Amino acid sequence: MSMLEIRDLSVTFGGLHALKNLNFHVDEGEIVSVIGPNGAGKTTFFNMISGMITPTTGDIVFEGESLLGLDPSQVTERGIARTFQNVRLFANMTILENVMVAQHCRTDQRVFGALFQTKSFKSEEEAIRNYGEEVLSFFGSRLVGYRLDQPASVLSYANRRRLEVARAMATRPRLLLLDEPVAGMNPRESAELTALIGRLRSEWGFTVVMIEHDMSVVRDVSDRVVVLDHGETIAQGSYDQVANDPKVIEAYLGRPVGSDVAAEEEAP
Amino acid sequence: MTATSDNLSMLEAPGINWRRQIRFALVGGLSSAFIALAGMPVGLDGRNIIRPILSMGYLALLWVPFVFASLAGSVVILEGMTERERDAKDLAAGALVGLGSSSGLILLMILIQNFNLRDPLVNWSPQLLNLLSFDRSIGLGMLLWLILGTTLGLLGGAMHVVPGKVRSRILAVALAVFAVSVLETFLTDLLEGFGLEVLTDFVYYKRGGLEVLGAVVVAALTLMIPLMVGSKIKDIKTRVVEMPNEERRRVNLLLLTVCAALMLVLPFFLGKITNELLANVGLFVLLALGLNIVVGLAGILDLGYVAFFAVGGYTTAVLTSPNSPGFSPELPWPVALIVVVVLTGIVGLFIGAPVIRMRGDYLAIVTLGFGEIIRLLFLSDWLSGWFGGAQGITNIPGVDVGIGTVKGTDPRSVFLLVLVFCAIAIYVSWRLEHSRLGRAWMAIREDEDVAEAMGVNTTNTKLMAFVVGAVLASFSGAIFSAKVGSIFPTSFLMLVSIIILVVVIVGGMGNIVGVIVGALVLIGVLGGPKQPGLLQEFSQFKLLIYGALLVWMMLKRPEGLVPNVRRTRELHQEEFLQDAWLKGEIDTDDHEDSP
Ligand SMILES: Nc1ncnc2c1ncn2[C@@H]1O[C@H](COP(=O)(O)OP(=O)(O)OP(=O)(O)O)[C@@H](O)[C@H]1O
Ligand SMILES: [Mg+2]
Repeated sequence: MSMLEIRDLSVTFGGLHALKNLNFHVDEGEIVSVIGPNGAGKTTFFNMISGMITPTTGDIVFEGESLLGLDPSQVTERGIARTFQNVRLFANMTILENVMVAQHCRTDQRVFGALFQTKSFKSEEEAIRNYGEEVLSFFGSRLVGYRLDQPASVLSYANRRRLEVARAMATRPRLLLLDEPVAGMNPRESAELTALIGRLRSEWGFTVVMIEHDMSVVRDVSDRVVVLDHGETIAQGSYDQVANDPKVIEAYLGRPVGSDVAAEEEAP
Repeated sequence: MTATSDNLSMLEAPGINWRRQIRFALVGGLSSAFIALAGMPVGLDGRNIIRPILSMGYLALLWVPFVFASLAGSVVILEGMTERERDAKDLAAGALVGLGSSSGLILLMILIQNFNLRDPLVNWSPQLLNLLSFDRSIGLGMLLWLILGTTLGLLGGAMHVVPGKVRSRILAVALAVFAVSVLETFLTDLLEGFGLEVLTDFVYYKRGGLEVLGAVVVAALTLMIPLMVGSKIKDIKTRVVEMPNEERRRVNLLLLTVCAALMLVLPFFLGKITNELLANVGLFVLLALGLNIVVGLAGILDLGYVAFFAVGGYTTAVLTSPNSPGFSPELPWPVALIVVVVLTGIVGLFIGAPVIRMRGDYLAIVTLGFGEIIRLLFLSDWLSGWFGGAQGITNIPGVDVGIGTVKGTDPRSVFLLVLVFCAIAIYVSWRLEHSRLGRAWMAIREDEDVAEAMGVNTTNTKLMAFVVGAVLASFSGAIFSAKVGSIFPTSFLMLVSIIILVVVIVGGMGNIVGVIVGALVLIGVLGGPKQPGLLQEFSQFKLLIYGALLVWMMLKRPEGLVPNVRRTRELHQEEFLQDAWLKGEIDTDDHEDSP
């Protein structure tokens, strides 16, 4: 059975059908890319899985249980974490605190423990901190060391994107939803993050669904590509299948999807 | 590359902006006239700053030309610019602004003499005219203002001409003299406790204010002390900063213990008035610490915070007073306190539950409403069988602590009790801020949706903030009840909520030390909603000054007096601090992109 299964899902905003009768599934250990032109409904799709928007009709089933009616925090607790397209870090909290607070639903110390500094409180704090540092060190030396105690707002753009991913990882998810993780990065940075996305599966055991516009990234990491347009799935399959699908080409206004890729390959 | 940066550093900041000077001159004139008509000069004339030269009343007017002139002359130096050489033109600009400021007063004098606008403007009076003309003829008064304004403006402008060191010395002296004069009640009280009346008798005039000689001594000391110990303090500071973490923590702990011990013995050296004053400050510190958790940490703008203070106060009254109209178990205070804490926590839950579903402006307005509802319930006839309506509850006994009773007639004991609870509140705030709950609060303050998406149950977490805030306020209410001995709905006006909020904002949101400093400055010096501060003369202008202070803070120092590092960055939108390592990386990437 699939890890995440979405059946006949629709969302309307007023009169706008942001998603129409969407069917979708992810199997454990897969890396799936969701692509589509601007405004296709990709982010809305993520918002719905993570519980920030309630679908008008349809069902979302994660590991055999329906997610409908759950709060975003409960969805996260079930094991789905996400990043945001327009980086939304806790800018005035330190880098370490950003990944510490993300472990909220995996920990349970309350007021009593904090006030009396109980043994379990201290060991839990220690564990939260250690796991936070472990997650951060996944990105090399960029987010650790003296950076740990700096506010997230001092980070460079690429590092903010990395911290977004780290924060989502810190919630100890099983399924990771990445909304345009390399947007705004330069080619070198994005190639590096692409490699890391592969390692997210191999080393951390996450299943990944990723929205991405950068076709070279999509091609390099995805097992499967799903194309959305006007809220509907218009194609799915391997990268090559999708890239040559006439419907997809049409959706991108007649511009071949591969043109990005071609440009990339000519550059060096 | 280097050529351009050289060119940049050659750029000089622009010359004097005469339009700006004229604007400041006009605003200065308006401000002077406004202050005069607000009644400050006459109202504060009785209080000496330096006898017989300067009274608070005149000071209320005299600062204007000086401060406005120096503000008008300050320019923002952008990076890559060098500051322009200051010269006589700056003095002239200052004098112009000063002249403008005093012209406002001169114009006012002419108007007062020729028209009668006493009806709308209460302070449009012969006394004001008299004061403005220095009890002499009007013509002479005008001439004097002309000279004084221009001279002070000139001095204000000169602040930019003299070297920075001189400037800071001058400001330090002015501030020190003002502070020593203003803190008279406190200092005499303190020195008396140590048997050093000689000193204060020498420095102070019997009926308030410094003697001229006293002022000179204070000024001289301000100049000399930094010379003698300044370098030593710097030495110690660098040594502490260079210490390894472990050792530094030990030093901090030692300092903290010494401070705590000092605070505990301090009340025994202070007189009644000062103890009373500090007890009031302490009550507000408690309230402000509680509100700081709600507003400063969790970012919930609660404008009805006084409700919890009221519930704490009333519950204590009902439980301990023999005069409680309905239910009167006459419990001892410590037992009652347990009930009070539990009950206020529950009220916090009940008020919080509907409120926290809202956000921003809506939430603020709803909390404002709840604050009033609670007060009106205590005032209502319907519940007067329980809470006594407008008559309130009287005869609330003091706190029996074994070795004595804490009650209002003995401010020292009240202050000690307040201190204990402040210590508890500080500990609670500090521990919670650095815990799982505190981080969740901050995440909600930063971005509620994202916090929720990262697994924080925002409903429960925000409710916890409400409850913890409510409990801290109930401490304050319980002590207030026992201290005053009687309790009425009028003690819990909306104004109290606003003042607590101002204390938090002025002190520095989300910062424990800031909140304490805020309470000391606002409640201690200016006074609380009903409690007098050190400057009792100010009490009728308290709200005006609060307002002015708040506006100024919002414009110039939105992070508060003692800034929280994080909030500072948020509010000043600092540019990203790109360190060398990052810059290096970005450079290499640039090269790859542009062959
Ligand atoms: N909360 C909302 N209320 C109303 N309309 C919305 C809302 N959220 C999204 N939409 C609309 O739904 C459509 C899909 O938006 P969505 O953000 O999912 O697009 P997207 O595929 O992520 O695009 P992009 O590639 O630009 O990120 C858009 O037309 C958008 O304007
Ligand atoms: Mg999107």
